[in-house]
Amino acid sequence: MRSACLVVALWLGAVLLPGACAYADAFSGLGSARPDEMLGAISTLAVSGDPQAGTVLRALGERHLFAAPDGGLYIRQGETCVDARTGQPVATVPDGLKPVRLNNRIRTALAGAQASMALLAPQAETRLKAADALYARHDPAMVPTLEHALSVEKDAAVRTRLMQARAATILAQPAQQDTQDQRLEAVRSLAAVGGLEARGILAGVAQSDAEAPQVRHAAQAAVSSMDWHLRAWSVAQNAFYGLSYGSVLLLAATGLAITFGVMGVINMAHGEMMMIGAYVTWMVQQAIRVSVPALEPVAILVAIPVAFVVCGGMGVLIERGLIRFLYGRPLETLLATWGLSLILQQAVRSIFGPTNIAVQTPAWLSGSVAVGGMDITLNRLAILVFAALVLGGLMLVLRRTPLGLQMRAVTQNRRMAALMGIRTPRVDALAFGLGAGLAGLAGVAVSQIDNVSPNLGQSYIIDSFMVVVFGGVGNLWGTLAAAMALGMGGKVLEPAIGAVSAKIAILVLVILYIQRHPRGMFPVRGRGVES
Amino acid sequence: MNPFSVHGPRNLRGVIWMAVAVVVVAGGLAMASLLPEGSPFHASAFVVSLAGKYLAYAMLALSVDLVWGFAGILTLGHAAFFALGGYAMGMYLMREIGARGVYGNASLPDFMIFLSWKSLPWYWWGSEHFAWAALLVVAVPGLLAGVFGWLAFRSRVSGVYLSIITQALTYALMLAFFQNGLGFGGNNGLTDFKDILGADLHAPLTRAVLLVVTGVLLAASLLAARFVVASRFGHLLVAVRDAENRTRFLGYRPDQVKLLVWVFSAMVAGLGGALYVTQVGIINPGEFAPANSIESVIWVAVGGRGTLCGAVLGAILVNLGKTLFTAWLPEFWLYGLGFLFIGTTLFLPQGIMGLLRHVRKPPAEEVTPEVSDTQGGEA
Amino acid sequence: MPVNLPPLSRRAFGRLALAASAAAVGGMWRTAPARAAAPTGEPIRVGILHSLSGTMAISETTLKDVMLMLIAEQNRRGGVLGRPLEPVVVDPASNWPLFAEKARQLLSVDRAAAVFGCWTSVSRKSVLPVFEELNGILFYPVQYEGQECSRNIFYTGAAPNQQAIPAVDYLLSEDGGGAKRFALIGTDYVYPRTTNQILVNYLKAKGIADADIMVNYTPFGQSDWQTIVSQIKAFGSAGKKTAVVSTINGDANVPFYKELGNQGISATDIPVMAFSVGEEELAGMDTAPLVGQLAAWNYFESIDTPANTSFIKQWHDYTKNPKRTTNDPMEAHYIGFNMWVQAVTKAGTTDHDKVIDAMIGIRQPNLTGGVAEMLPDHHLTKPVYIGEIQEDGQFSVVWKTPSLVPGQAWSPWVPETRDLIGDWSKPIACGNYNTATKTCLGHRHA
Repeated sequence: MRSACLVVALWLGAVLLPGACAYADAFSGLGSARPDEMLGAISTLAVSGDPQAGTVLRALGERHLFAAPDGGLYIRQGETCVDARTGQPVATVPDGLKPVRLNNRIRTALAGAQASMALLAPQAETRLKAADALYARHDPAMVPTLEHALSVEKDAAVRTRLMQARAATILAQPAQQDTQDQRLEAVRSLAAVGGLEARGILAGVAQSDAEAPQVRHAAQAAVSSMDWHLRAWSVAQNAFYGLSYGSVLLLAATGLAITFGVMGVINMAHGEMMMIGAYVTWMVQQAIRVSVPALEPVAILVAIPVAFVVCGGMGVLIERGLIRFLYGRPLETLLATWGLSLILQQAVRSIFGPTNIAVQTPAWLSGSVAVGGMDITLNRLAILVFAALVLGGLMLVLRRTPLGLQMRAVTQNRRMAALMGIRTPRVDALAFGLGAGLAGLAGVAVSQIDNVSPNLGQSYIIDSFMVVVFGGVGNLWGTLAAAMALGMGGKVLEPAIGAVSAKIAILVLVILYIQRHPRGMFPVRGRGVES
Repeated sequence: MNPFSVHGPRNLRGVIWMAVAVVVVAGGLAMASLLPEGSPFHASAFVVSLAGKYLAYAMLALSVDLVWGFAGILTLGHAAFFALGGYAMGMYLMREIGARGVYGNASLPDFMIFLSWKSLPWYWWGSEHFAWAALLVVAVPGLLAGVFGWLAFRSRVSGVYLSIITQALTYALMLAFFQNGLGFGGNNGLTDFKDILGADLHAPLTRAVLLVVTGVLLAASLLAARFVVASRFGHLLVAVRDAENRTRFLGYRPDQVKLLVWVFSAMVAGLGGALYVTQVGIINPGEFAPANSIESVIWVAVGGRGTLCGAVLGAILVNLGKTLFTAWLPEFWLYGLGFLFIGTTLFLPQGIMGLLRHVRKPPAEEVTPEVSDTQGGEA
Repeated sequence: MPVNLPPLSRRAFGRLALAASAAAVGGMWRTAPARAAAPTGEPIRVGILHSLSGTMAISETTLKDVMLMLIAEQNRRGGVLGRPLEPVVVDPASNWPLFAEKARQLLSVDRAAAVFGCWTSVSRKSVLPVFEELNGILFYPVQYEGQECSRNIFYTGAAPNQQAIPAVDYLLSEDGGGAKRFALIGTDYVYPRTTNQILVNYLKAKGIADADIMVNYTPFGQSDWQTIVSQIKAFGSAGKKTAVVSTINGDANVPFYKELGNQGISATDIPVMAFSVGEEELAGMDTAPLVGQLAAWNYFESIDTPANTSFIKQWHDYTKNPKRTTNDPMEAHYIGFNMWVQAVTKAGTTDHDKVIDAMIGIRQPNLTGGVAEMLPDHHLTKPVYIGEIQEDGQFSVVWKTPSLVPGQAWSPWVPETRDLIGDWSKPIACGNYNTATKTCLGHRHA
């Protein structure tokens, strides 16, 4: 009989009002396999005022709510089990408990219900968040709830947001003759808010035939002025994308710039060093998770020096074991390091398996911050900063340390440097180690945005070479300029001609540029480098 | 010391031997494939198609050796010319299918139909004629190489810069051919060929003839290459390789010398690609992959750079090894390949040919001219 | 009981052969790999043609492992026709011409009774002429674009009507969010192109306007999704419920979802329905920001049936790794392999022609319920599930088709193939039969 009541209510398509059914029905609806019944139950619970409602809905969202075959509902948290209806702990966990499943429609309704309950929460912050959620959701049925909240709200910021949410919600309702003024007001309010969401709602109004002409025109005007605004921001946004893409290229290429610049070695295994850096990140994360779980969020920071040392050490080993036998024959080092890259790839495949591994992104690197009309994603921002730090650090090493001095000397004139007493083999080994270590750092960064699999290195190697050659071998400023130019160029072209064509266009432009300037943008001058 | 002495022009006898051996082996296998299946000398279609593939790869290796071994241009993009030749032939083979495609459309290849093309794009014009296709096979790679080389050599792009932009060239072409909008079948490329010049591609006789043709063309390319490098022009080439500036100061034009051999080499590669497609039965953008070009350089290194014969030998041996080990040691063959590259560069700087000469003559007899140290960075 | 250690013995043989000189190619091929002592007779060779290196190794290695497991299991049960099965593993190294070469080797040198292999469409296209020429049998286990029906290939993965169309139906439905605007995002190759072509026609037939459909293609291995994700976001701000249909190829998915999460697009705002993201891909991702994103498959590891539970247990025991996931193509191989065993048993021989004829109508229970039947067009009947990504990297099924969906080789939503059917049973025996003109367009068996 009770469920019959629910079904009838749903049949009418109405949002259930309090009192339409006793709240106990609502609880049993939550355990239903039918989405319609669950939706009804959620709306009912939200307005029921039942003390358990908030807890139950939260448990539902977090997938802690379980249904027993007899219709009983339980909240399970670890080992403890609580009866959802009463909030009392149960001694014995009933058999056959199944988690209550959600889908996106229910999740949306749940978020709305939770937000509408939170509107009356004591903390202004919670209420503000709830208003935000309702604004984003702009469910027409929420108008009465919002009106009620507005009537009791004191906090100015929350009030503003609530008004905006109400405006959005009003516009989401179908247009009617007598609501013109109210709607016009809502259009103005939303136009003032701005942003993609407001534009979405207003665009809907602007296209609607049922709308009164003046409302429609106001919406159209608002949309076109917003579009202008959004376009301006999208330029800034694209510039950020370009910088961020450029910073990834820069990180991948700095190591090469060192090995290439100082030693003239084309290190085809450079990408594999990046890959190893990414795997080191993963191993560090795993180790910290097992040993000191509290440090997990900063595992990535721990991974930075570890990756540098591991990859740098491997670089020194490679130089001592392989590259040093091939000096004077740089193009053959290309072949040998290509062979090495095959071996490293296959070795990682044998040890860690061929599939992607999941490197965690800590919470402080996830998500984005809104700056005006653009979104700055935190992981990209972090990589941008990281790339700047790495480049700055490298500059310091090259300019302020004896090793840097020796490296620059070897770059400019190897023979002369050797005659002056510099142990060039040692400088070579350390330079190669430094290059490999930098690749390891790039690997740490890339693990936050890309796949980590044995193939990781392959996808960066060609781009890195392009950057180094385009910038001019042996010149870090050139590498920086080239990375940013390629990153920006790619991102400017991409929206216009598509990702594939943009990439091709960039490659062709670089080829043509090299024809005009055979030694890149910033050629190194000196006796030794002229061949 | 420059490990690559100017022994190339002196190995006429070796080249002739190699050319004859290639023709004899190809002819022998072709005949053996026509024997009845029960015969102890019967060669299966598998062996014939493998041999055809190796010989086509040998042509690519030969073309790489011409520019790397004799002009000192380390190309990391020669597979692009090979693939372009392959596509030119593939277009013809595609048109030969006619109405036998799955949609039964006589004028449009299958992939165009399901991508809703209404008519052939202009660059497919004439592709139904074998003669036109045969012309394109050498003309397209030649033309691209001509434009690219003219720009690059004129402005004296050299060394690693040149290597990297050849790699960029093949990478850009790969991305372009991956695009379905380009009209070459996208990622799938061109495949499911039926006939060539009216002869069934899957018939044993056609296969045998194709193998012989490949063998003969490889032998001819080998002799032509040998003719080029042994001529006065060839000496100039080696001079450019070993001391470009000195040659320039003597009044020669190194850019023109390099351009000529570069274009010739691209044409040989294109021819190899065309022969490859007829026997392998598929051409797709994967052939443009930078890894393929690097591998072809490695064949030359394994065989012995600057020897012509070594390129052919290296291509055949490395690919034979790849075929065997991908079947026997499917999970470990990449280690083998990797160590092969490292071992060759470390212990066999002159490849198999160097080893052979070493065995035949005491090493003291080898006189290699010392080249200037600054060139070492570029060779 | 046949001893089943072929991979090891092959390896050992390989080492021996390495020592031997590499002369006489032709002769060498005749030397069969060392045979396991098989008291019950001549082994039946089963070819496994999956990339173990290169870009596709990431997906295909698992399929090689599952085939070895299935074959070992079958041998434990006494083999087929009283003969042991011997797997022949080769590595086509994600190189498409090498696929053709290896296929020819498996068929003409190893005389494989059946071959299980390929993942990408191009690898299948590459081996197809070889299988038709040598009259071999290939079981292809991956969802694909359709528009093909070869007598020598059994398509055990989903055709577009068994994945794409039901998935879009779900998005259009009220439970799926009632989407009115669709962004079709894919990698630029033939599967996304064809699938999207079919979907665009289908969506238009469902009343979705041209302006409400956005199609975008990216290169393989795309790793910088910033621009495209922000385009999707802008596309979704037109005041209508928007959904993304993703045919992005395996590898590029991780950065795509990371970018979605970071730009704050959640499943409740703009749901993403993926056709190439399965348990294996999720294993390489942090799924917390992805909860609620969707995928359409014919199998999910999380589906709770006795058959599936025992399959998963068997897999964990075989790989000695309790965390290895199972996925849709693995089930396709499971079904395909068992069907082949049944067909060989029914035909009483491994003769290719007889087995091909015997295959049609073979029935094999799915791991997730229902019975798969091999149809005359060499596709299967399959259930279609829509799953939602969960925090634990698994999918929870939110919707399934009420009954099994028979696979269609040719899409009725593409004008050129509206009237085509594949039917390899007599009397039609044709892969592309035009039902309007009652003619076979040429894919006929002699």
